Amino acid sequence: MKHPARIPTRIAALAVLLLGCAQAGVLPDDRADILWHRYSGGGMVIQGPSILVRKKFGDHLSAAYNHYEDMISGASIDVITQASAYKEHRKQDSLSVDILHGKTTYSGGYIHSRENDYKSTTAFASVSQDMFGDLTTVSFGFTRGWDKVGEVGTTRNDPLERRNWQVGVSQILTRNLLLGLNFETSESEGFLNNPYRQVRYLDNSQRGYDYQKERYPHTRTGNAASGQLKYYLPWHAAVAGSYRFYRDTWGIGAHTAELGYTQPAFRSWTFDTHVRLYRQNQANFYSDLFPFQDAQNFLARDRELAAFRSLTMGVGATWEYHIPRYSWLQKGTFNLRWDRMRINYDDFRDLRVQGVTPGTEPLYTLDASILQGFISFWF
Amino acid sequence: MKLHGPRRIVTWLLMLAGGVALSACSPIEPWVKPYEREHLADPIMSFTPNPVSSSYIEHVYESREGARGATGSVGGGCGCN
Repeated sequence: MKHPARIPTRIAALAVLLLGCAQAGVLPDDRADILWHRYSGGGMVIQGPSILVRKKFGDHLSAAYNHYEDMISGASIDVITQASAYKEHRKQDSLSVDILHGKTTYSGGYIHSRENDYKSTTAFASVSQDMFGDLTTVSFGFTRGWDKVGEVGTTRNDPLERRNWQVGVSQILTRNLLLGLNFETSESEGFLNNPYRQVRYLDNSQRGYDYQKERYPHTRTGNAASGQLKYYLPWHAAVAGSYRFYRDTWGIGAHTAELGYTQPAFRSWTFDTHVRLYRQNQANFYSDLFPFQDAQNFLARDRELAAFRSLTMGVGATWEYHIPRYSWLQKGTFNLRWDRMRINYDDFRDLRVQGVTPGTEPLYTLDASILQGFISFWF
Repeated sequence: MKLHGPRRIVTWLLMLAGGVALSACSPIEPWVKPYEREHLADPIMSFTPNPVSSSYIEHVYESREGARGATGSVGGGCGCN
């Protein structure tokens, strides 16, 4: 049996962030990044490369290409309690273009992701406009996705459609202070379950509970609003703060707050650190333990939909170098980042603990280590 | 006609866009002059200095959390270059 804890495929939407970050009024720099990422936590190891190349063609056109991979192995808490360990490999390719016309930048792109039981295609378009003496940049974006959800060992091939609308404002407030405001509405329609995941319910067996498949609604609409500030400190450093509020039709409400600090030092080095707090309440149809089989129309025991708090702390270091004999290379950097994430679930219990009354198992806690090493070139 | 959900939001966004476009017709004197934006143009002031890294870490969060969206920085278009 395929394990039920496959990481949902959502990076396609995030690739829009990666590829669609052109500034209005100026095209992004030509650069290449080669990154290796490694997530280790909760019995899972997920690692792989990400390669980004961005190049200008003339004064008005810039194109970017990204290749990303996730190589997943291990056995999460869901796997240990419900299924067998597994391996999975996901690949994603993205292409985008930015066209600069005066103080307006038009962007568009295409993303394709594939794994053995999930295929995702995403198209996006956005427009950014500089105004008020380039103090303000306003952006509008639209993303459309078409996914096919499969299930290993079956002929399942269910469709899932996604639509996102984004609006953002970037504002210079003072000569040392930047403000960013973003709003996004997301709408999904189709097969939103993870086909492998199950819920548990009380029964008369010796263990005291049994499992049945999850059942999710077929639509989900969410709204997210965020604000971020970045301030230049007099001793050549920067401090950043951000907050995001999220709410959706499944009853999930979430708060995200983050604080970061960046400090250049020793001529060629830059160090940074950040702390991120996240809290959400559970979806309306989530329960760690349902009272009986088919207790309600919709059923979920997905940790992603549970109530929990998480804390992430990270540090990073960048070393910048120049090679004078390579005139085409403006600069390069070596980067190392390490993050530690802890998630404390309020209503997701650790079923590895046996021999206790169902519903009294200890609450589950996830500790994860996230490592990124990457080199970047500007040319 | 009463609008609901995303349609209502899109309507509000279009009204906002119209308002911004109309207000752009009246001259506004930039209170931070281009030659005063040296600090803002420093790479440490970028909201996403390493897009490939930011995209990855957002993927890590979104794979484990119910919330998503509004993470874009709108490019931090500060008109600094």
